[in-house]
Amino acid sequence: MTYRMLATEPQASSWQLPPAMSDTAPPVDNTYNFIFWFSVAFTVVITALTLYFVVKYRRRPGVRSEPTGHFNRLEIFWTVTPTIFIGILFHVGFSSWIKNATAAEGATEIRVRGKKWVWEFEYPTGDRVPSELVLEKGRAYKMIISSEDVLHSFFIPEFRLKRDAVPGQYSFIAFTPTVTGAAHVFCAEYCGTNHSGMGATVKVLEPNEYQEWAKGLGKCVGTPEECVPERYGESLFAKNACTTCHGVGGTGMVGGSKGVGPKLAGIYNTMQPLMSGGPVMADENYIRESILRPNAKIVQGYANVQMPAFVLKDDQLDAIIAYLKSLK
Amino acid sequence: MAAITTSPAHHEEVDPNASYLEASKGIGNWLVTVDHKRIGVMYLIAVTIAFALGGVFALLVRAELFTKGRTIMDADTYNRMFSLHGVVMVFLFIIPSIPAAMGNIILPIQLGTKDVAFPKLNLLSLYVYVFGACFGIYSMINGGVDTGWTFYTPYSSSDPAHGGVGSPSAVLPMTLAAFIMGFSSILTGVNFIATIHKMRAPGLTWRRLTLFTWALYATSIIQVLATPVLAITLLLLTMERFLGLGIFDPRLGGDPVLFQHFFWFYSHPAVYIMIVPAMGVVSEIIATFSRREPVGYMAIAASSLGLALLGFLVWGHHLFVAGMSEYATMVFSALTFLVAIPSGVKIFNWVATLYKGSISLQSPMLWALSFLFLFTIGGLTGLFLGMLAVDVHLHDTYFVVAHFHYVMVGGTVMGFVGGLHYWWPKFTGKLYDEKWARFGWFFVFVGFNVTFLTQFVLGSRGMPRRYYDYLPQFQQLHQISTMGSWVLGFGFLVLGTMFVRSLIGGKPAPRNPWGSAALEWMTPTPPPLYNFVKDPVLTRGQYDYHLATDDELYEGYDDPLFPKRMSKESREAKARS
Repeated sequence: MTYRMLATEPQASSWQLPPAMSDTAPPVDNTYNFIFWFSVAFTVVITALTLYFVVKYRRRPGVRSEPTGHFNRLEIFWTVTPTIFIGILFHVGFSSWIKNATAAEGATEIRVRGKKWVWEFEYPTGDRVPSELVLEKGRAYKMIISSEDVLHSFFIPEFRLKRDAVPGQYSFIAFTPTVTGAAHVFCAEYCGTNHSGMGATVKVLEPNEYQEWAKGLGKCVGTPEECVPERYGESLFAKNACTTCHGVGGTGMVGGSKGVGPKLAGIYNTMQPLMSGGPVMADENYIRESILRPNAKIVQGYANVQMPAFVLKDDQLDAIIAYLKSLK
Repeated sequence: MAAITTSPAHHEEVDPNASYLEASKGIGNWLVTVDHKRIGVMYLIAVTIAFALGGVFALLVRAELFTKGRTIMDADTYNRMFSLHGVVMVFLFIIPSIPAAMGNIILPIQLGTKDVAFPKLNLLSLYVYVFGACFGIYSMINGGVDTGWTFYTPYSSSDPAHGGVGSPSAVLPMTLAAFIMGFSSILTGVNFIATIHKMRAPGLTWRRLTLFTWALYATSIIQVLATPVLAITLLLLTMERFLGLGIFDPRLGGDPVLFQHFFWFYSHPAVYIMIVPAMGVVSEIIATFSRREPVGYMAIAASSLGLALLGFLVWGHHLFVAGMSEYATMVFSALTFLVAIPSGVKIFNWVATLYKGSISLQSPMLWALSFLFLFTIGGLTGLFLGMLAVDVHLHDTYFVVAHFHYVMVGGTVMGFVGGLHYWWPKFTGKLYDEKWARFGWFFVFVGFNVTFLTQFVLGSRGMPRRYYDYLPQFQQLHQISTMGSWVLGFGFLVLGTMFVRSLIGGKPAPRNPWGSAALEWMTPTPPPLYNFVKDPVLTRGQYDYHLATDDELYEGYDDPLFPKRMSKESREAKARS
């Protein structure tokens, strides 16, 4: 799995928690620190008492244990006191949570789709960008999350937010990024072979940098050499996480073993045997169809794999086809 | 108690006062036995094998995580490995571990009776368990299962062979395995409830029951009430996967979150099936090794029942980020916190029992005190997860993994191993080497904390669970955790060797090696076929150290602290040798 990093990694605020990069993080951190120190104090008291008693009342010749009496007031004391404490804990946890569960008025909506094994972000312009979420510092966002196959969970540790992506339902999270830099998206709900590879990078940019970036949305950004169809296709192939199943360079090999998907290098203009019987010519039309409607014609031996569909623009499809044609 | 039928096959040849291990010989006699002790021993062997197997899976999982990327296995193998670890540890080991293995042997003796209420049902439950376990082993050989022990839909239910999006692994046999083993759990529960209600010895009032018995009573209620829900859920899952019925899969019109409600409606109470018996064991050990009646006896007993009840009301805290209404989320968070009260009451009472006791740090007590420390951490980190705002961050990260290992290993396994040390002389008639026992305990305790304390930090820093690969910044902590798992594994290896050595060449155990006042130590070691030479009548409580006679307590070890307090019998035996 490859996560690109920005040069400026924000510093972590404590040794336990990742950097706090949105308005939703500080309430969680305050709650976390509160319960952490409460727990430390409790553990120290219980452990110290235990050790003290074990040493003080260790078995000695001729000394018997004292018969146990009834201590009703003590029992009531240590039942009622924790009850009050947990009331406080519930209140602290709930009030921070309900604040984070509410979206700001007029928040920018971004559609998040999880599928095995890539996160895809659809911006208000309608452009779909996989594996990279670019946000503007200080702008309120609402992520509308869904899944196209099994359960996934959209998790950004730097924002302290997580929400399951459930097929057939929408769920949402809301936040305002407050610090520029790089953050991570993880999939936190187990989703099969490449669950741990289902990540994305988050980039929080200053407003002016964001405007600059938004101009290139849906286009190839880079030097003219990087934007020849073959090279553009190569980068799309990686960003759409095609490599997690078909291998880097379409070799069909992932991490030294056979990948989930078939080998793509060298198949162009050859006959491929299908599950449904009969061969198909792997030409431009077949490749295009296999990206847009992957399960229309499944090649033999891959019946158990359900590749998700990808929505791409024509020039992007052209670029990917050009890239696949170049692979030997 | 006339209705019980414990007659072995060859009635006339059996001397009822011979030890249960020697009453009849041959594997055939063991396989058809209805003696609760023999059934318990067979359960003990089975769960120990399951524990060893699950432990090997765990070590392989940790080994794979030693470095980023591929270390020893590919992603699919890794996913199968952690799933098998979970399934084996939960369904084959931890649920039957204390109730079915130790409870079976000890419960009737602590009740002063000859056997459980339904001895044949007891044997049936063992066979059902073994039959279920065979399905589990079949699915492992058949390529394993890669859904995790939680079988979340639609990944588990949507069969790719029928055009679904789910797991291509052997989900069906593994589901059936868990389904079948559920029945074994129900049978044991029914049996224990009937036994506790109807078969107590004369004089053994409810207030004189041991806390272990109370714990098993609470556990049995959960087993009987909750396990059918699991059975229904797994059956529905099977029907969806096999017949394509739309229940959980949205493609067929189902709701995947519904499965999580069903699943946790069983599996959260199941957490208390796992921990409450261990709390019972710890109560026994702390009482015996402090030679003192537990402070707040009724409070500890009631808190076991309280946990059993509350356990049914908190399943929703597994779904805080899964898609529940804000209102439901709030209610489940509040209910979850209530669990802290009975748990806290137990801890306070145990610590108070040590006060003015006569404390001996023999090996079973080391395990009980470890339980106290580790379960405190396990319980407190549960508060982190009950607090909604914090749970959203920590949910499905290594923090959760560390939390439930502190409860399940730091709690239940400490209780199980502690109980095994405590009752081993009674089960086998043999003593074990105390030095080896402490040596093993030390490695387990240190190894466990190194393995799992690091995982709290990993989780807080954002490392999700069930990950084959991870970001470079997590590698150092993963390596520390893996090294801890080696120390932990070594500790268990020492203990395994110690117990085997005890079986082969251990010194014979006296009747009451620990100086306990409880009923199981009043009968010969190992117990006779019908548990007691003479039907016991209780004239005092099982923790009444101030009422027990010196002969009852101090016939045993050459207790160096009480050389003159050995019973006459023992002194004579010593003089002869």
